[in-house]
Amino acid sequence: MSLPFRLLLGLAVAGLLLLLGLPLASVVTRVPPAELLSRMTEPALLEALRLSLVTSAAATGLVVLLGLPVAYLLASRVFPGKRLLEVLIELPMVLPPTVAGLALLLAFGRNGLAGRSLALVGLSIPFSTLAVVLAQAFIAAPFFISAARAGLSEVDPRYLDAAATLRASPAHTLLRVMLPLALPSMLAGAAMSWARALGEFGATITFAGNLPGVTQTMPLAVYVALQRDVDAAVAMSVVLLALAAGILLSVRLAPSWLGPIYRARAGRR
Amino acid sequence: MAERGVTTVIVGESGAGKTSLLRLAAGLDQPERGRIVLDGKVYVDPDVGILVPAWQRDVGYVAQDYSLFPHLTVEQNVAFGLRAGGTGRGAIATRVAETLRRAGIAELAGRKPAMLSGGQQQRAALARALVLEPALLLLDEPLAALDLQTRRLLRGELRELLRTLHCVTLYVTHSPLEALLFGDRIVVIEGGRVTQTGTRDDLLRHPRSRYVAELMGTNLFAGHAGVGAEGAVVRTGDGDLAVSDPGEPGEVYVTVDPRQITLHPHRPEGSAQNVFSGPILELAPEPPSGERIRVILGTRPPLVAEVTREAVATLSLREGMTVHASFKATGTRTYR
Repeated sequence: MSLPFRLLLGLAVAGLLLLLGLPLASVVTRVPPAELLSRMTEPALLEALRLSLVTSAAATGLVVLLGLPVAYLLASRVFPGKRLLEVLIELPMVLPPTVAGLALLLAFGRNGLAGRSLALVGLSIPFSTLAVVLAQAFIAAPFFISAARAGLSEVDPRYLDAAATLRASPAHTLLRVMLPLALPSMLAGAAMSWARALGEFGATITFAGNLPGVTQTMPLAVYVALQRDVDAAVAMSVVLLALAAGILLSVRLAPSWLGPIYRARAGRR
Repeated sequence: MAERGVTTVIVGESGAGKTSLLRLAAGLDQPERGRIVLDGKVYVDPDVGILVPAWQRDVGYVAQDYSLFPHLTVEQNVAFGLRAGGTGRGAIATRVAETLRRAGIAELAGRKPAMLSGGQQQRAALARALVLEPALLLLDEPLAALDLQTRRLLRGELRELLRTLHCVTLYVTHSPLEALLFGDRIVVIEGGRVTQTGTRDDLLRHPRSRYVAELMGTNLFAGHAGVGAEGAVVRTGDGDLAVSDPGEPGEVYVTVDPRQITLHPHRPEGSAQNVFSGPILELAPEPPSGERIRVILGTRPPLVAEVTREAVATLSLREGMTVHASFKATGTRTYR
């Protein structure tokens, strides 16, 4: 590699480190460790953390439950309207989260499309914990579905052919061949969904509101704390950062301990 | 049409359509026309709208690359079809153990395919298909992916195994040796069409295409039989052949055993009526001992002769050298 090229690369990396790394480093170093630890045991933070973890886990579960069949469909079949479905699933990724929240409100709110029927049954979703889960699921769904779909469609068709010649119905093939071989991709997708759900703000605050203990997840709590006690906000941010980094790291490390099982999988990265 | 207990070999060049045929039989591809019937059960009949999916057919398929499931052990691979079919746990364990034992891979039961050699994978793939006792066994170039030594070893084993089976076996290969070795019946495919079927002897005595003749290592001409000045003659595009009585005039095939052809450095006198001149293209010793040499001639028509090593030495035969190949009319065989 020539010198000017190396310089260019170095500059780019430095620039990126500055843009991404500096802000993150600032968060982590702002508050001294001792104070950080004591902040982390504050009831307000713990409350928000508990809520975040519970709702994001539930949202991820919902996404996997509904998303897996859809991913399978997209990976294996052609049907009229398939492209529209693909666009629909991708939308939450590009939509401004507050717009998403508004849309949810209009659908499930008291006067909304579905809200009216739900109200008859006595179920009011907006500004409840359930609303948080739905908002997070809405935003996080595309992450899992696209990863799962990619994983499923990358399974070598030779194995699917072999399964068919071994008396396996399509369902049996899905369960015993496709899912196991697509597992790494799906786990990564689920992890990304979870991370995204944890960090969800705009749709949550619009659809679920900002009620401590009920709908005030960590991102919302940070927002509120910023207005009165920056250090409290910093402490919560550090926790969120650590969680996010932890999830992403596990996704990176997973292939090395899942690897031996799938070494011969289609030869593709 | 293939029968139980008989191994039918489908032989042809790569791309001739052999694998496609197997895939159609297995149900992995669908034909536009034609019917597939096994044991009286109709699997495919587009005219009537019958299309039985692969997983409902009584078929065993061993792909060229074996396609063993990488995330399952050998034992789990072999058990796969039984589990998919709903057989009980206990019954599965016994049948799988027995099959592994008979295949000689019982000690590999707990290994994953990535940890097996080519020969071991082949045995495992075969076991996986055979444990289901299919009515139709489809083998797609089962020995092609193996190195020479393993291939030689498994060839013998496979031959013995196929003898013991009661299913219909279709064996696809591009190797003439395997065709002759395994083929109780041989089906030759060229360019997507069947050009000849029959036993080894049928193909050897009466080849019906240049490819088959080359497969069998014999000489074939096609032409019109008639009567010439010196007796019976077959006129081919490349010249006239003096033959023994062909019967009535018409389109015929003529075959000449390579051993009936003698080579001369100069144009021979005497009673051999068919003489063709041309360069020697290749001298190839015949296995196993190389005592006999195959001489491929660039004559018109092209000829393959077989001579002894001594003859090659005596005549100082070399590649590129021009020789005269002769054979008697009595050395030819004519048929329709």
